[in-house]
Amino acid sequence: MHGIEVLSGGGLIMKRELTCIVCPVGCSLAAEIKDNGEVLVTGNTCPRGKVYAENECTAPMRTITTTVRCKNGEILPVKTDSPIPKEKIFEAMQIINKACPVLPITIEDVIIKDVFGSNVVAVRNMP
Amino acid sequence: MKELVIVGGGPAGMSAAIKAYEEGIRDILILERDSSLGGILQQCIHNGFGLHRFGEELTGPEYAWRYEKQVRDLGIAYKLNTMVLDITEDKVITATNIEDGIFQIEAKAIILAMGCRERAKGALNIAGTRPAGIYSAGTAQKLVNLEGYMPGKKVVILGSGDIGLIMARRMTLEGAKVECVCELMPFSGGLARNIEQCLNDFNIPLKLSHTVVEIHGKERLSGVTIAKVDENRKPILGTEEFIECDTLLLSVGLIPENELSKKASVCIDRFTNGAVVDQNRHTSCDGIFACGNVLHVHDLVDFVSEEAEIAAMGAVNYINNTDKERVSIDIKTDGKIRYTVPQRITEKKDVTVYFRVSNVFNNVKICVSDGENIVFSKKKTKVTPGEMEKITLKGNSFEKCTELKFYLEEA
Repeated sequence: MHGIEVLSGGGLIMKRELTCIVCPVGCSLAAEIKDNGEVLVTGNTCPRGKVYAENECTAPMRTITTTVRCKNGEILPVKTDSPIPKEKIFEAMQIINKACPVLPITIEDVIIKDVFGSNVVAVRNMP
Repeated sequence: MKELVIVGGGPAGMSAAIKAYEEGIRDILILERDSSLGGILQQCIHNGFGLHRFGEELTGPEYAWRYEKQVRDLGIAYKLNTMVLDITEDKVITATNIEDGIFQIEAKAIILAMGCRERAKGALNIAGTRPAGIYSAGTAQKLVNLEGYMPGKKVVILGSGDIGLIMARRMTLEGAKVECVCELMPFSGGLARNIEQCLNDFNIPLKLSHTVVEIHGKERLSGVTIAKVDENRKPILGTEEFIECDTLLLSVGLIPENELSKKASVCIDRFTNGAVVDQNRHTSCDGIFACGNVLHVHDLVDFVSEEAEIAAMGAVNYINNTDKERVSIDIKTDGKIRYTVPQRITEKKDVTVYFRVSNVFNNVKICVSDGENIVFSKKKTKVTPGEMEKITLKGNSFEKCTELKFYLEEA
């Protein structure tokens, strides 16, 4: 957690400077977190930036992209089909690394169900 | 004789082929060196591709598949595991593969889409020994993502280009400890989002104005000495620091892969390291076009696909004899603007010019002059070498001139 500034009074308890990771533009965002939990976002150039900053201040999420080794030894690229809690990244990696799917595999096939609320899916066809 | 031969089946080649097909060309052949279409995207398993073109965030293999599926559905011919050995000025291609041996194809038009290569260690001149454990970031990416091998356990990364940042995260996820990323320049060449999600998420330090000054180790890399550099990028005595590591990844820039283009005597721009082209991506060789990272290194694959469609339209008009040269305007730059693509304009119609600056500049005015008058200007709060800029010039704004000068005015 960087760019944290704790202020007193006026209902404002925390101010954070963020870099939006939703798209390659990478807008610089400022988020003011009120003591009632409300998050005020500035600097975003699209609505997704606002959602990102709100989540980042309350429950940061990340999509994992990695690989699994198939039974025949081939390396299959996979991803979580939605973001998972950021603090679960390494636990999720341990679960994903245990997978050993059997070919053939089609893009979007579910390799592991429900890893912290997200399915791990194939991102490449492997005949 | 083929109407259109495309050299390279990566994002540029596939996008060009699809566009040419859509515009009525049927006699198309893609030549690809690798065992599958998709090019470098197949090893770029991270997400962030396709936001501009598809409005969603895809991984590299998924982005590649969107195009490969179209190539297959349209029945566009391609040859895999096929290495192009030579291209001549009169558009004869010599290639080889295991089924056909060495063969020649004559083409009405050629689109060059060979992509780029990483700058290698040899180009850096780092002092010290030459042990195992030093890889380009892209090689490490291939080892981890395609072959399933980890290059090492304790890693230092030199250069903060996007591939280096992406590999810092990837190696960390797979259990390695990334000690730091050193960047010679006072700013990163990578995207802000990658510094955030690949370094900050994992508390990996980014050491700006730092470089590796010595490599240690006999058989295997045992460590590197890093040092701070001054404003002239020279190491500052007394700032040296030894970092123990078994792996050094180099992410120090990409160079368009133009060996074949040079064989065809295509004129190369010394700033882009790619061909000099007009607005249709037509090179100095009649009927030879270029697009994607072989022309100039792009920030996003989305822009590669877009440029490939421009080149495809150029090639289609050339094949159909509908392209007419009307004007000859050279685009010059002032050094602060390092290069433009295209470098010349041959038609009096609206043209989008892409360019890159040589340094970070704040509060600038991007100006275009025809020698007498400013024909275009636009203010920007910030421009950086890491982000390609573009402007669109109206066809009637450069009617009479023979040269357009692109320059930056600082406030």
